[in-house]
Amino acid sequence: MTPSARTPARALEVEHLSVTFGATRILDDLTFSVEAGSSLAIIGPTGAGKTVLFKALIGAVRSEGTIRWAEGTRIGYVPQKLDIERDLPLTGLDFLRARADVSRAPASDVPRVLGLVALDAGIAGQPLGTLSGGQFQRLLLAFALMGRPTMLLFDEPTAGVDEPGEEGIYALFRRLQREEGLTLLLISHELSLVYRYADNVLCLSRWRTCFGPPLEILTPERLQEVYGAPSRFHEHDALRP
Amino acid sequence: MALRRASTSTMHFAHSDLLLPVAMAAAAGLVGSVAVMRRMALASDALSHVALPGVAMAILLHLNPVLGGLAALLLGSLLVWALEHKTRLPTEAVIGVVFSASLAIGSMLTSGEELLEALFGAAHRLGSLETILGLSAATIVIAFMLRARSRLMIALVSPDLARTAGINVPRINLLFLIIFALTVALGLRFLGVLLMGSLIIIPAVTATYLTRSLRAMQVTSVVLAVASTLAGSLAAPRLHVEPGPLIIVIAAAVFVAGLAARRGNRVAR
Repeated sequence: MTPSARTPARALEVEHLSVTFGATRILDDLTFSVEAGSSLAIIGPTGAGKTVLFKALIGAVRSEGTIRWAEGTRIGYVPQKLDIERDLPLTGLDFLRARADVSRAPASDVPRVLGLVALDAGIAGQPLGTLSGGQFQRLLLAFALMGRPTMLLFDEPTAGVDEPGEEGIYALFRRLQREEGLTLLLISHELSLVYRYADNVLCLSRWRTCFGPPLEILTPERLQEVYGAPSRFHEHDALRP
Repeated sequence: MALRRASTSTMHFAHSDLLLPVAMAAAAGLVGSVAVMRRMALASDALSHVALPGVAMAILLHLNPVLGGLAALLLGSLLVWALEHKTRLPTEAVIGVVFSASLAIGSMLTSGEELLEALFGAAHRLGSLETILGLSAATIVIAFMLRARSRLMIALVSPDLARTAGINVPRINLLFLIIFALTVALGLRFLGVLLMGSLIIIPAVTATYLTRSLRAMQVTSVVLAVASTLAGSLAAPRLHVEPGPLIIVIAAAVFVAGLAARRGNRVAR
């Protein structure tokens, strides 16, 4: 996964990407690109390979095809979940300080990212295994932001977060995109949020793969093709105040 | 297993003789803190067994047993790492299969007193070269553990997050296994193959349930390992037993006492 500068406006180019586990083909001949500073939402039913795509992009699983990152890309990754032992004697602050140490960032970066994700330092000072789902997700986002990423890969940003929390996370994304030119790749089941925030949508499913702006992709017909069943998404959901 | 009585020639320690055991214990405490967090508690114990065929071969060839043990441990670490990456089996499974066999091979190659000494160690008066080499190895282990602490922490929480933080996960895993092997080799003369694995793991497990943060856990693990080693070394001559088993009995007693204290605290709360 060597970054190259062939197309400066493109943050990521993926060509003919395939991932196979044993005899099962999880991703098949996937091609798409992401412009710098834009948001790409990845949707699809459970088991379609959305998380596997992220793992292939970060080099955690073997893949065939080409993955080309823009030069100087720094990736922040927020996984959907991590299995942490409840008794692990490692606090959120330990975890963030370790990240700062690895990237040789100043110690002041820890309060900076905690402020960005609105996580109280007292909560971050508790052992990882005792944090709630939402708190832990904010901590993982803080961890991802420690390295001042140019590209954020976020697997289910709204899992374990209440509705005001969802809005807060998306508002943060907007701010980071505006201020730091962050490129976003999001896996989401929240189609109304995808409709509002994504510049492009990549849909993965066993039946078909599609790529385009939300207006073209999030139509009832397309969604039925992707999910194999009628979708509950309606445009007015996205336009709620 | 009958309790072995120490011979009178090995019963007296000079204070300088304690320097290497203390350095060894500090290294064991630090390595153990990461091994326990990596869920390698049992695997660590089994991994230490691989030293036995090396020790046995060295005795047969009239070489220094520690060097034989170290060579076998380093080879074993490479084997574990390679199998883990080729087969994607968990470290525990790989170590469990490969190194239980090492114990069997080693015990076929050695016999009698030599086998007991290789398994449980003995109080030796070490030569100055052996002491210097031991202290150097302990310094390397401690320096690595302090320097690589952050990378090790992130890799154990999530290899995927470690990758995105620019950490070479296979490399840090291999380095940790090598450092682990070096730590076991450090204790071969003093504690033996079986007991050194215990000194790495028991104080770290005790520290895990007594503390809630990384720094506190690592400091506690080192303090408990060093305290058990000092107490065992000093009390062994008075009790006419070998120091190795006594050190582990003390470490295990602290584990049980700590567990009881924690339960007491929970009930009081």
